[in-house]
Formats: sequence, C-alpha cells, structure tokens
Amino acid sequence: MKLSTLLTSAILVSTLVSCNAKKSNKKTFVYCSEGSPTAFNPQVTSDGTSNNASAHTVYNRLVEFKRGTTEIGPALAESYTISDDKKTYTFNLRKGVKFHTTKFFTPTREFNADDVMFSFNRMYKKNHSFHKVSGGTYEYFNGMGMSSLIKDIVKVNDYQIKIILNQPEAPFLANMAMSFMSVLSAEYGANLEKANKKEEIDNYPVGTGPFVYQSYQKDNVIKYKANKSFFNGAPKINKLVFSITPDSSVRYQKLKAGECHLIIEPSPSDLDAMKTAENIKLQTGAGLNVGYLAMNTEKAPFNNTDVRKAINMALNRGSYIDAIYLGHAKVAKNPLPPTIWSYNDAVSDYNFNPEKAKALLAKAGYKDGFETTLWTLPVSRPYNPNGKKMGELMQADLAKIGIKVKLVSYDWPTYLKKSSQGEHQMLQLGWSGDNGDPDNFLHILLGCQGVKAGSNYARWCNKDFDSLVNKAKLITDKTERSALYKKAQIIFKDMAPWVTIAHSTIFRAMAKNVEGYIIDPLGGDMFDKVDLK
Amino acid sequence: MKSFLKDKILQLIPTLVGISLFSFFIIRLVPGDPVMLMLGERGADPKIYQEMTQSLGLDKPVLEQYAIYMKNAVQGDFGKSIVSKRSVTSEFFARFPATLELGVCAMIFAILLGIPAGVYAAVHRNSLPDYLLMGSSLVGYSMPIFWWGLILIIIFSVTLGVTPVSGRLSVMFDVPSMTGFMLIDSLSPEVISEEGFAPFISAVRHLILPTIAMGTIPLAVVARMTRSSVLEVLSAPYVQTAKAKGQSFNKVVWRHAFRNALIPIVTVIGLLFGSIITGAILTETIFSWPGIGKWLVASIHARDYPVIQGGILFIATMVIAINFLVDIIYTYVNPKIR
Repeated sequence: MKLSTLLTSAILVSTLVSCNAKKSNKKTFVYCSEGSPTAFNPQVTSDGTSNNASAHTVYNRLVEFKRGTTEIGPALAESYTISDDKKTYTFNLRKGVKFHTTKFFTPTREFNADDVMFSFNRMYKKNHSFHKVSGGTYEYFNGMGMSSLIKDIVKVNDYQIKIILNQPEAPFLANMAMSFMSVLSAEYGANLEKANKKEEIDNYPVGTGPFVYQSYQKDNVIKYKANKSFFNGAPKINKLVFSITPDSSVRYQKLKAGECHLIIEPSPSDLDAMKTAENIKLQTGAGLNVGYLAMNTEKAPFNNTDVRKAINMALNRGSYIDAIYLGHAKVAKNPLPPTIWSYNDAVSDYNFNPEKAKALLAKAGYKDGFETTLWTLPVSRPYNPNGKKMGELMQADLAKIGIKVKLVSYDWPTYLKKSSQGEHQMLQLGWSGDNGDPDNFLHILLGCQGVKAGSNYARWCNKDFDSLVNKAKLITDKTERSALYKKAQIIFKDMAPWVTIAHSTIFRAMAKNVEGYIIDPLGGDMFDKVDLK
Repeated sequence: MKSFLKDKILQLIPTLVGISLFSFFIIRLVPGDPVMLMLGERGADPKIYQEMTQSLGLDKPVLEQYAIYMKNAVQGDFGKSIVSKRSVTSEFFARFPATLELGVCAMIFAILLGIPAGVYAAVHRNSLPDYLLMGSSLVGYSMPIFWWGLILIIIFSVTLGVTPVSGRLSVMFDVPSMTGFMLIDSLSPEVISEEGFAPFISAVRHLILPTIAMGTIPLAVVARMTRSSVLEVLSAPYVQTAKAKGQSFNKVVWRHAFRNALIPIVTVIGLLFGSIITGAILTETIFSWPGIGKWLVASIHARDYPVIQGGILFIATMVIAINFLVDIIYTYVNPKIR
C-alpha cells in the first residue's frame, strides 16, 4: 500500500472513530479555558482560572452567590442567623449532602460540621495539621481580613456551627460566599494525613459540588463527571471537559471547528465575526470592574481638589471607550460598577470641558499648567486593555489644558510595589470585584486604612467618606447600608481623587446548541445548569 | 573512545555549576518580586507582604539562598514552585515528554524532507527545481511560526476539517500517562483493549500540524545546508575521480559525496535540536501543547524563581546531552575525529 493511501485511510478511520465518540458522548460539554489551574483547592489559589476548575465545579460554600447575581443565598448551610450584636453568625448545615466518590477516596459518612471546622481551621489556626501544607499563605483568607476578623469558630453540633467575630462586619457574609471559603472533606484529610500525603488535598479534590473530578493532564485537559447526587439537582450534562487553550484566536478556531462548546474571553477583534457566525452565539454581561486614573493626593499639585476636578474635565473618556475598549465598555462615573447594589445613579459626572478645566486650573494657581508624570498600566486587564495607548490619549488631552505629562512605565511587580508605597503622581489602575459587596470597592480602594495597606492608590483619606464607609460595615440592614454608600459616592465625586474611566463588558462565545449558561458578574464560569440541545 | 567520553563528562560539571549560578542570579536581577505579583492590585500590606516573603524563604540574603538551593539541588531537590507549590522536578518531567515528542517529530520531518530536497537541489544546481526548492525554503525560514500555525489551523482544521485544531489527544479518550509520550502511552495494552487504536490515531492526528509548524524552519535550514555542503563536496577531486572511474551517478552522490557532506549537516541538526527544545514556546502556545516552553514563560511572568532556575538547568543539561550525542555521531561519520 502506498504511503499516501495509508495516511488517507488512517485519517478516514480516525474521523469515523471520533465521530462515533462524539455521538456516544453527546452530553459531554467541552469548555475551552484560558490557562491551567495552579491547584485544585481555592483556599490556596487566588486566580479565576483555578476557581473555575475547583470552586465552581467540585466544591460548595456554606452560602453562595445566586446564579448570575451577587446576591447571597443558601448552599451547604440551609439557613443562618446573626446575633443582635452582629458579631455571631450561626449556620444551620444541610443534611444528606454526600461527598464525591473518586478513584482516590470513598466517603463513609455525609457532610457535617466537622468538614466545615476542618476547612476553615486549616486557614485560620496556625497549629492546624494542614496549615503549612502548600506554603500556608492563604492569600485571600488573609487578604480579605478574615484572620483578624474571626475570633472563634465553634462546632455547636453536627449540623450547626458558629463563627464569632471580633467586631461587626457586614461584608462578612459576602466573604463567606467567596471561593476560598469552600468546604473540603475532613475524612479525606484524615486519610491523607494517615498516608502521609497531605499535599494531595490541594491537587486531588474531593468536594460536594455538581461535578466530580476525574483526571488532569497538566496544561492540557481536566475531566469531570456529573455528580448525580448533587444536592441542588444533578447537572444536565454527563461529562465536563476543560480543554486548556491559552491563545484566544485558537479558542475561536476550536469553537468554529466544533471542538469546544463554550470559550472564555474571546478576543475583542473576533467579536464582530462571532456576531454574524452561523453556529455561534455571544453572551454579554456587565463586568464587576472599574478602570481608573488615581491622583496621588499626598503630593502637590494633586492635593488641590480643583486640580483634580480640572483633570476630570480635561479627559475625553468617551473617546477612550472606542479606542481602547473597542466599544466594549461604559464610561464610569462612580467607583462602583452599576451592577452593584447601592450604586448611586444620581451622582452627576464631570463632563468633558477643557475650557472649564483650564479655568479651574487657573483658580488653583496653575494658570500655565504644570509638569507631571503619569504611570501607564504595563499589563492588559479587562478594566484597561491597553494602558500605554490610553496614556498617550490622556497625555494629548492634558496638553490641551497646559499640563505636560511624561509617561512612565515599569514592569508589573515594580509598578505595584512603587505605587502601593505612593511613589507616583498619577497612575492608571483598576479593580475587579471579589464578592459584589460595595465595601470591597469603597473601603479597600478609598478608605483611610487602604493608604497604609497599599490598596488606596490615590492615598486619599477623607474623614467624612471614611466614617460613612466604616459605619456601613457595622450595619447588616442592606437599605441602611445602601444609603450610607450612596452618600459616600457623592463625597467621592465631589473630592475627585480619581478619574473614573470605564466598566468593561464580559463576553462568552458558545455553540448555538448550548442552553442554560448565564454570565457570572464575578467572572466565573459555572456549568451545573448548562445543557446541550 | 573512553578518555573522549571521560573528558566530555568532566567538562559537564563546571558548565552546569556556571548555568546554575547564572540562572539563579540573573532572575533575581530582573525587577519585581513574586510576592507583589501574587498580591496584585490589592497592594502590599507590609504585614502580609513580610509574612509571605518569609514563608517563601525570600527574606534571607541572596548568597544564603543560593547556598541552600545548591545544597538541596545536589541531593536532587530543586525546590517547589512558588505558584503551584509542587516540586519543580515533577512539574518539569510531567511536561518534558510532550516537548520532546513534538521536537523529535519536527526534526524527523525536517530531516526526511530537508536532506533529499537539499541533495536534489545540489545535484540539479541552477535548474528550475533548485530555484523552487531553495526559494520555498527561504519562505519557510522567514515565516513567523505564530502566523504559520494559525494558517495551518484555518486551512486544515477549520476549512478542510482533516486535523484537530489543538491539544494532544481528543478529549473523548482517556490515556493514563505512563511514559508521558502520547504515541507510546496510547499503544499500551490497557488502552488498546479498552478503546482500540483510536487514541493512537487521534494522537498522530494531533501531532501533524504542530510538527509541520515547528519543523518548517529546521526543514529550510537543513535543506539549504545540505545543498551547499553537497555542492562543495561534488566539486572535490575524489568525487571527480569516482566519476571518471565510471561509477554510477547514485553511487557517486550517496556513497562518496553525501557521506563527506554529512558532517556540517549533523552539526546543524544537533544545534537545531537544541534550539527546538528551547524554542518550543510559540508552537506550544498556538497548539495548546502541554510542554515546557509555555510553562517556563508563565513562570518568568510570575517570577517563579525555583521553576526558572530548575527549568533552565534541566534544559541546559538536555541541550548539552544532545550535543554530546552529536559529538559521538561525528566519530562514526568521520572516524578521524576520534
């Protein structure tokens, strides 16, 4: 047989085989993800890619965000109560929840309070036998302030636990719904400890979630099967596959070739073609993010409110939306994205007005303008895809009112380090929300504590703003909190420590036969209700 | 031969120590530290920053860090990745077979096509086929891999539908990793008894496009090198003598000319093989190929010091080993070198 005939028949046979495979597995859902998870335990990871591969598939939390929203609903805890002093949260756990049976673990009991104690204490107690496993840094648990906030975690009985706080903290419940508060199996932990293989807990996950982990080939493919006894209803698909495809153009080609059902983060330049493609549909959602220009209020001339207002008026943000975000974003007027409760739509924005800006500069004593530096974002982020180009547009806009801007850039870690120490004058940055709570934006990014912690890049400490935001932390009533945050946003706009630039849009592209997928405002991908028609 | 081997092995030790020193300090000269990258936009709270630096052992003086690193490395422990917290050795060897498999296929592709093309062009010097072959090899050499890979995908995967877009194996199959080489693992008795030859065929199909994309530049280099090397030899007096003795054309070309032309070709192939392993980054990214190229680039972005140090050291060892093999091959091609 000739070589060419042999090759042709091999290709034909394999095409037939793969067609058959596709037929027999029509409920296998292939998700083309963008990267490899760093581990399979959200307690020790901090990136969205790892959360998709573990927190949203394998694990559950006591409370969780309701699908497609940032509202908090029951999950492993059926209900919870908050004490009058707002310091004790009592969680009533769900009965009859089963942990996954996998190749490496077979549970002998159902989920109970021991699992919650094991999971939380691993991060909270330094003497816990698993605390040091995988480095023991727990970036999110510490970053969200949980280690200093929690006073004690108490098991009341097998189906009730209490978490006692050092002080009232309204966003605590939103923190509890975040990926890092996932619940792991204590029994599995004990087995691993006995076998002296503790680190496997972070790489071979056992949870209660909608999908059971089956296998992972590094940088290549992750496989799950449906958890038929999932407490929130068995998934409609039988198998879930993450096909790791880092390049966005290749993801698009795979979607076109029918090798994926859904792709994460399509390239903005492919969006128009996707809109008209026959077998593809696009879903869009408002991203829970904000891109901003922070002015260092500790340094002259940015310690002058009029100068900051003038810069707000001098920048033509509408033009950035087209040039930088290719139209896939909205001009931001508040530090909060509009999808977060307590967003104050009544705040009036600074309109683009170079003449008025000039007048304000003159009033502030800078009739002839001044020279300054602007740090441009060195990485591409959803909240600012091209910092350098945006910097050039800003430079041109500011030149029109007499401000001579020198653009500066550093590599990303240096940029973060220098700016969190306040070395900059103006800088571009942004934020993607962690938990949908307004506190996660207003307190972290603009509170006085953030100046010391290095997350308040405008280094703006306004007592009125700070007291409103701090007061809102102590109240659990949403209406009351909302009123305080709305007031805080008015002060923010009036004092103008930032130029709020944009809230970008999230996209997901999928095959036409995909049903039941909802975009998550927090950027995660969940497949428990997804179906293939 | 024995002393030749001994010398070569002894030369390895200072080279490896030098590389370890270089990789250890050069990455620390690059601005930015891994802890800041982990903290991201959240900023560096001094307390949290200090705790994290301590837990990663980065608070110690650099020389002390190097001493600890070398002490462990000599015992085979290259540390744990800052990002994944897993051992660098296991992370490397989980990915290396994928790169090696692709690299070997790309080199076989380049050699099988490049050498005959080069010899043919040399023998038919200044003819139309010579111009065509050398012209297309110049195009192949100048082609950006990223663009070439995407073009291959659009033609063969999306338009014609004959090859898969990316990956190593259809997601429908489960092939447990034993050797890490998909072509071997997919032929294990366990896999064959469960799924037949379908996984093997799938693995071959997944290899076609990345092999072409990765092998194109080496193919062009091998073809051009072969042509010029054979041309040089063809005009040598002993070839003329062989011709004058009335030996057949094929015998003159393949026995007399080609064997002597082979030394520079083997050198180039050896060098290309080294560069193919280190230069797999683009091909691996386009074809979502789970090899070491992509892994190392990600670790550089994350300033994952142990991975960068270990990765560079392992790759350097592989490249040295390949060149070592090339030296041995020389001695067979041309015994005068021994």
